[in-house]
Amino acid sequence: MDTNSVWGSWGLVVASIVTLLVVRAVWVLQITGRALPAQSGVKRRPLRTLIVLGSGGHTAEMMSLVRVMDLKRYAPRHYIAGATDNMSLPRAERVEAELLKSAQFSDQDTKAADEWLQRSQYSKIYRSREVGQSYVTSVFTTLWAFAHSVVQVLRIQPDVILCNGPGTCLPICVAGFLLKLVGWRWVVVVYVESIARVKKLSLTGLLLYKLRLADQFFVQWKDLKTKYPQANYVGRLM
Amino acid sequence: MSEVEGRGGKVLVTVGTTLFDALVREASSQPCRQVLADFGYSSLVIQRGKGSFIPVESDGKDGGLKVTSFDFEPNLSDHIASSALVISHAGSGSIFETLRAKRPLVVVVNDLLMDNHQCELAEELAARKHLVYASSPATLIETLKNMELPSLVPYPPSNPLAVVSALNQYLGFVDT
Repeated sequence: MDTNSVWGSWGLVVASIVTLLVVRAVWVLQITGRALPAQSGVKRRPLRTLIVLGSGGHTAEMMSLVRVMDLKRYAPRHYIAGATDNMSLPRAERVEAELLKSAQFSDQDTKAADEWLQRSQYSKIYRSREVGQSYVTSVFTTLWAFAHSVVQVLRIQPDVILCNGPGTCLPICVAGFLLKLVGWRWVVVVYVESIARVKKLSLTGLLLYKLRLADQFFVQWKDLKTKYPQANYVGRLM
Repeated sequence: MSEVEGRGGKVLVTVGTTLFDALVREASSQPCRQVLADFGYSSLVIQRGKGSFIPVESDGKDGGLKVTSFDFEPNLSDHIASSALVISHAGSGSIFETLRAKRPLVVVVNDLLMDNHQCELAEELAARKHLVYASSPATLIETLKNMELPSLVPYPPSNPLAVVSALNQYLGFVDT
């Protein structure tokens, strides 16, 4: 076989894969945002939930959401925060412990409680760009952060990604989309824009909205819903 | 906690985890102390955050305002709860903590920050009369002189359950 035909057949393989991925991407984007079929709470298994935290108010808003979630439906929960954020994960742990205390365990109480605590997990993720970092080096750190996000998402295998705007959540959401793209599993991406955004979406929010990476996109002010009609507005977290 | 009632109590200045020396400097300045004392407040507690400017303390025995400061304290919410007035940076954490504690709030925007999206939130909440708004530390004293605290409107309770319900429905969880 001469070199030309070898390259020719490789070219064909690559072209087919690219075509398949493009067709798949269009299909995934089409399906994104379609509600899951209704099932009674008993029938539906709990959804493994990845929760992205972030300083500057993001964690406070997210935890106010977690506090009122049915935690037996959204379980186990896996919290992620930026590598330099030393406040968010301990705060999530405190809320989890508090919720555990007030949760009702009908039988084999201690076992259920132990399980609850063990099942919630906490990990950190490299950040794309620290405040004040130069843009040249941030190209490399962004790629590194993205690779780390993909690894984390593959490891956690979430059913749902819950995020509200810190920079760390963008690569996580893209990683979630990639999982859908290759057909590994269906990851529902839920984005709640921060309450600090009254008239304009954040850059993260805008990208997720425009690229349609989020299945459910919530805003906390009516004005934003008018400007971005695909968004949901149901109320404030704070 | 009778000192909380009306004027005569403590004024808390907080910059959260930020560096905002301009606010610490302005709030602790002699003219500002005078304005607060004239209003009848008895003490001024300043949380300085990452800043390096340390205000001159005063025990208040000269008849003026008692002034103290610290950089960080874990129980800032206790300070907020026991204050008669809170003067805060525009961070959403401090804003909502104060609004939920139902304390009158003056928010001072850090005009030296680039892309200061947080002034969006403070402006909106000021338009709804949930807080008093100062666009920079330089306008703090003028803002304090002109503020009408009785006209402030309590911040309505939030509704995170609405988001959770929408989510449950979307994910196919049906309540049995």
